[in-house]
Amino acid sequence: MLHLALAFAIGCFALALLLNLWRLATAPQITDRILAVDTMVVNIIALIVLYGVQTGSTLGFDAAMLFAMTGFVSTVAFCKYLLRGGIIE
Amino acid sequence: MRKLFPHPYLSVTLFVAWILLVNSAALGSALVALVLAAALPHVTAAYWPGRAHIRHPLALARYVALVLWDVLTANIHVARLILFTPADQLQSAWISVPVDLQSPEALALLAGTITLTPGTLTAEFSADSKTLLIHALHAPDPDAIRDDIKSRYEARLKRIFA
Amino acid sequence: MSLLLETCISLLLVIGGLFGLIGSFGLLKLKTPMQRLHAPTKATTLGVGATLLAAAIAMYWQTGSASWQVVMISVFLFLTAPVSALYLAKTHLHLGKDPLPPTSTKADWAGKRR
Repeated sequence: MLHLALAFAIGCFALALLLNLWRLATAPQITDRILAVDTMVVNIIALIVLYGVQTGSTLGFDAAMLFAMTGFVSTVAFCKYLLRGGIIE
Repeated sequence: MRKLFPHPYLSVTLFVAWILLVNSAALGSALVALVLAAALPHVTAAYWPGRAHIRHPLALARYVALVLWDVLTANIHVARLILFTPADQLQSAWISVPVDLQSPEALALLAGTITLTPGTLTAEFSADSKTLLIHALHAPDPDAIRDDIKSRYEARLKRIFA
Repeated sequence: MSLLLETCISLLLVIGGLFGLIGSFGLLKLKTPMQRLHAPTKATTLGVGATLLAAAIAMYWQTGSASWQVVMISVFLFLTAPVSALYLAKTHLHLGKDPLPPTSTKADWAGKRR
């Protein structure tokens, strides 16, 4: 049962990633693109962790954590650049 | 002690976070965690001008539990709106909510709560931090949402933070 | 006991996957930029949170040692989702010309272009 649920969840997040990619390609505004990339990061974190559960190794979890941190910082940095025209104040 | 750890809550959080991040409670990682918990509040002192005064820690724990429960119900609500309501029937609205919370920590907590709970999202503050601008995904009655935020979250936060 | 645990993990995984999908679907379906901001901040955050919780329990069940990193990731996501949403909303307001309601005091909205 766990294998089926795992496969289902991986399928869901992979599909979500594809939808995000489609949004990224067709986004009408720059904020939508940032939002699409931000959502992609979150979905990729879920995929990495699910892959770790499937293979039974915790090696990928560090990568997932780094992804979470750099994803957040890059979203904020991008917004800050658009808001102020510079990142460091 | 007070000089070494000017922000005790922050130091404890840093210590626990480091132990959980390296995923081992060995002596070595505990020492590194202790050094970080002592050093980081001093390095980032410029960002911590004041200190939050939490009057009722127990009430804060109850508040967190309430928000977690609301996050669950909020998501079912939003998921139903996304899936079953045609996009052109959604009545989105900007709502301005006057707040009289004093401490910046309480304000930040309120703004975060609003973003995570039913169909609302904090978008902007007023220049004097007395008003929050909120976007609601589906708001046939904006005044009800404003009153709900004030009675459900703000009243509790006012009691928790001095 | 183990069957109950397995059912719980599977249920969490399915719920998490569905919410993640709903979040990304909402990003495509909704009409205005501010509406689109709602879907990923709520649905995707909860979906990934549920998935990571299930993953943490599953790893503990399989290997016998707790993996706190996964819990830390979900805590981090829950803390940062409102902040990135606030920044995206500010950016949208800065670039666009949405009609805004008045504030309750004399001071104007903080990010208003002068």
